[in-house]
Amino acid sequence: MEGFMSIDIFIIILATGVRLATPFLLAALGEMFVQRSGVYNLGVEGIMMMGAFAGFFATLQQGSPLLGIIVSLAIGALMGLIMAFVSVTFKAEQGISGIGLYMFGWGLSGLLFRLYVGGVTSIDGLKPIAIPMLSDIPLIGQVLFNHNVLVYTAFLLVPLSGIILYKTSWGLNVRAVGNKPEAADTLGVSVVKIRYQCLIVGGMLAALAGAFLTIGQANMYADNITAGRGFIAIALVYFGRWSPWGILLGSLLFSMADSFQSMVQVLGINFPYELAVILPYMVTIIALAISYGRVWAPAALGKPYERGTRG
Amino acid sequence: MSSKHNGVFKQIIVLLLALLGALLVGALFLILAKSDPIKAYGVMFSGPLGDKFGITETLVRTVPLLLVGLGIVISFRSGIINIGAEGQILAGAIGATAVGTSLSDVPAMILLPAVFVAGGACGAIWGGIAGWLKARLSVNEILSTVMLNQIALQLYLFLIRGPLIDPKEVSYGTGVPQTALIPEQIWLSRLVPGTRIHSGLIFALVLAVLVYIFLWKTSRGYRLRAVGAGSEAARYAGIKVEWYLVLAMAMAGGMAGLAGVVEVTGVHHRSLEGLSAGYGFSGIVAALFGRLHPLGTIPASILFGALLVGADMMQRAVNIPAAMIMVIQGLVVLFVVSSDYFLRNPDSIVKLKAKFLGQKWIGEVGSKWKDS
Repeated sequence: MEGFMSIDIFIIILATGVRLATPFLLAALGEMFVQRSGVYNLGVEGIMMMGAFAGFFATLQQGSPLLGIIVSLAIGALMGLIMAFVSVTFKAEQGISGIGLYMFGWGLSGLLFRLYVGGVTSIDGLKPIAIPMLSDIPLIGQVLFNHNVLVYTAFLLVPLSGIILYKTSWGLNVRAVGNKPEAADTLGVSVVKIRYQCLIVGGMLAALAGAFLTIGQANMYADNITAGRGFIAIALVYFGRWSPWGILLGSLLFSMADSFQSMVQVLGINFPYELAVILPYMVTIIALAISYGRVWAPAALGKPYERGTRG
Repeated sequence: MSSKHNGVFKQIIVLLLALLGALLVGALFLILAKSDPIKAYGVMFSGPLGDKFGITETLVRTVPLLLVGLGIVISFRSGIINIGAEGQILAGAIGATAVGTSLSDVPAMILLPAVFVAGGACGAIWGGIAGWLKARLSVNEILSTVMLNQIALQLYLFLIRGPLIDPKEVSYGTGVPQTALIPEQIWLSRLVPGTRIHSGLIFALVLAVLVYIFLWKTSRGYRLRAVGAGSEAARYAGIKVEWYLVLAMAMAGGMAGLAGVVEVTGVHHRSLEGLSAGYGFSGIVAALFGRLHPLGTIPASILFGALLVGADMMQRAVNIPAAMIMVIQGLVVLFVVSSDYFLRNPDSIVKLKAKFLGQKWIGEVGSKWKDS
């Protein structure tokens, strides 16, 4: 047990935890904007799967992870657009349309993978970039400053999202549309436009989260590589009470637990594999159970906007 | 409000248009896959209807789709979006298998009902957990059922690989993760010799009628739908909303659990990997396509049963991966929920036409709001 407690392993657990937080952060921050504008996008998992495949495939074809990122962003924007079309323009029941989008993304990513790749193929993914000076700091350097570009992006997006949401007029409009769409509409803010924009941004970030899994972590694609992370990300939006810092806290708690759990397995500590895998899902349910309280939710969340039906 | 004015005929037309839309978009992906969509769809639609094998296999798939779909109807009608059927199927299957294999000396007359009750109860508990979490702690049921699916899958795999693995797999050293066979006396009888179609079909059809009677002819069913129509209004009317949320999810889970039971007793005769086979999701599609009506879900389940069989045939005949059917099902959901818009707003079709033909339709909008 001495080895288990050693400082090196402790650093590995923390560094891995920081890296594993990335897909949760990206997808959850995107979903935060979507829900802040008053729409549930429960198709995040399906978008992530598409992003994971698109990023992987472009990298495989062209050998450039950067291109993989660009392609996955474009696919994510398209998927967000589909959701916007269905849930904003056609005012469909959002929970169900999200499931439709999930099944669509799940099926299509699997279909394309079988058609164009077929088996396990590894790619040259993103390389860690050690930040000069900072990465030399003992402990913290390895934990925080020796990651690939998507990890840095995800963490930088936390304060950036906060600034966009609370300090810009667009962020104000998003919050207005999510809380009081009638009032926003009266003031000349287009509810439809803001919701489209949020769903597209949310789609792009969800796809990026998926791309991280293939080109930033596994360096390959496998069926169901997202393993429910898209749904967990949605849960983290609730847990984080629709705020970037809350989402950061939730993502880190989650990824650290995950990192610790996988380390337990690597070290061969006797614990049934299946039960270890269950833990994150149990934690998600517990996190949802303790974060209830509707006061924090955007008031118009999940309600399609019908112009002129009030008053 | 306007849904009452929509005749069954009109609803069927809209549904078929939604299916057509999904197939057309699907055709784009087939072209992308360098496949001939007409040939591929030809196999997919004609295959299941072509011979005795196709028709009976379609009905074999119909049974779990219908049972899951009935559960979805109950939960969606109560305002709960249950996507936990995958896990509930597995809970039902493993419960049925555990009872069936451990009490193999008990006569079928007692054992078969016991197996159904055990499997149904396991599914009901698994669904009821999500209902309770929603009722007591307002945990979003979509998220909790997704998590419960993952948990059920891992527990199921743990059980069929470990504690419940077929002793023969251990003694032969093959280690295939599956349980022992359930005793032959509780295998459901085959309706057509030489095929896999079993008496679970009759069971599912009877249950569809019972669910219809429950939802529309009993006061409990009425209250359940009232909760779905608006929980606040139902609360003011004195309905114990929380209790009905748990009841609805337990019933939905029970139905999915029974789907697991019939898959075990009727098809596989044991629990093995991949038993739920995506029925938990396809059942949602069937229920939506049946317009969340228990009797409408019957033809919808047959249709999607045929599409599932057809997709397998398509995979063999023209080498299109069966994942294509998931794409089509996802598209069907998106098209069906979008097409609701036209059923809710009958004027919108006129407006849409006017918009695309470049005419002014502002006057119509004005008159529409007056009507509503």
